[in-house]
Amino acid sequence: MFKAIGFAAALSLTAGIACAQAPNDAQIAHIAYTAGNIDIAAGKQALAKSHNKAVLDFANEMVRDHTAVNDQALALVKKLGVTPQDNPTSQALSKDAAAKLKTYSGLSGAAFDKAYAMNEVAYHKTVNGALANTLIPNAKNAELKSLLETGLKLFKEHQMHAEHLVSTLK
Amino acid sequence: MTSPHPWLAVLAGAALAAAPVAALAARSHAAKGPVIYTVTLQKMGFGPVPASIHVGDTIEWVNDDIFVHSATAKNHAFDVELPVKAHRWTTFHAAGTYPFSCRYHPGMTGTVVVTK
Repeated sequence: MFKAIGFAAALSLTAGIACAQAPNDAQIAHIAYTAGNIDIAAGKQALAKSHNKAVLDFANEMVRDHTAVNDQALALVKKLGVTPQDNPTSQALSKDAAAKLKTYSGLSGAAFDKAYAMNEVAYHKTVNGALANTLIPNAKNAELKSLLETGLKLFKEHQMHAEHLVSTLK
Repeated sequence: MTSPHPWLAVLAGAALAAAPVAALAARSHAAKGPVIYTVTLQKMGFGPVPASIHVGDTIEWVNDDIFVHSATAKNHAFDVELPVKAHRWTTFHAAGTYPFSCRYHPGMTGTVVVTK
């Protein structure tokens, strides 16, 4: 069974997701890059909508750190001559993220801040689970695996930061 | 960058005069002079902090990671911003124990122990 199905199931996105085998490096790179881009987009939405300094600081950190990881990922796939391969998990992540951006665009003030922060906790928790249980174990290339491991350390920090942020919002 | 503590100079950036650093680096403990130690940040972590830091010695923080970090003392003795690929310096003028972390990623921690 494709472990990414478990990842997708955690996202409640099981419909239409199926794959006969474990993800290859090209798919893993695509999933990781997509996951980063989703959080960058969420951060940019927060930067445009929020007026809360703690939320803005957090969003800035997300945009900055995830951009750094994705830039590194792009440089790595270029070096390795790998073309990231789209896959059902990436598609499900993108679809879910687009829906969330749309929902949150209708919120403002404290309601937006709380929704954004709470989703950041849930999102990082899910992505961290996928990294630890699916993406890192299946990565074959040592440099890709190392970058994913660094990403996991980073995203765990983000999850803790997001949890702290939620605790400070009314 | 300045330190709130007059006894602790935080030397940072390109503005740091190169000549004194070179002079410091040229000395050694054998000559009982100040020493510059390097702590390198990589892959979301601080590298090992040397155990034999004495008053007057300097730590050169080298951010070899892909993320912006900081070396921030819990007691506010120093707070060094570390852009990607940056080198920054902290000179210790008082003995003591200085736990520190990254302001952006608090799970990244370390401790400097300075002896007389």
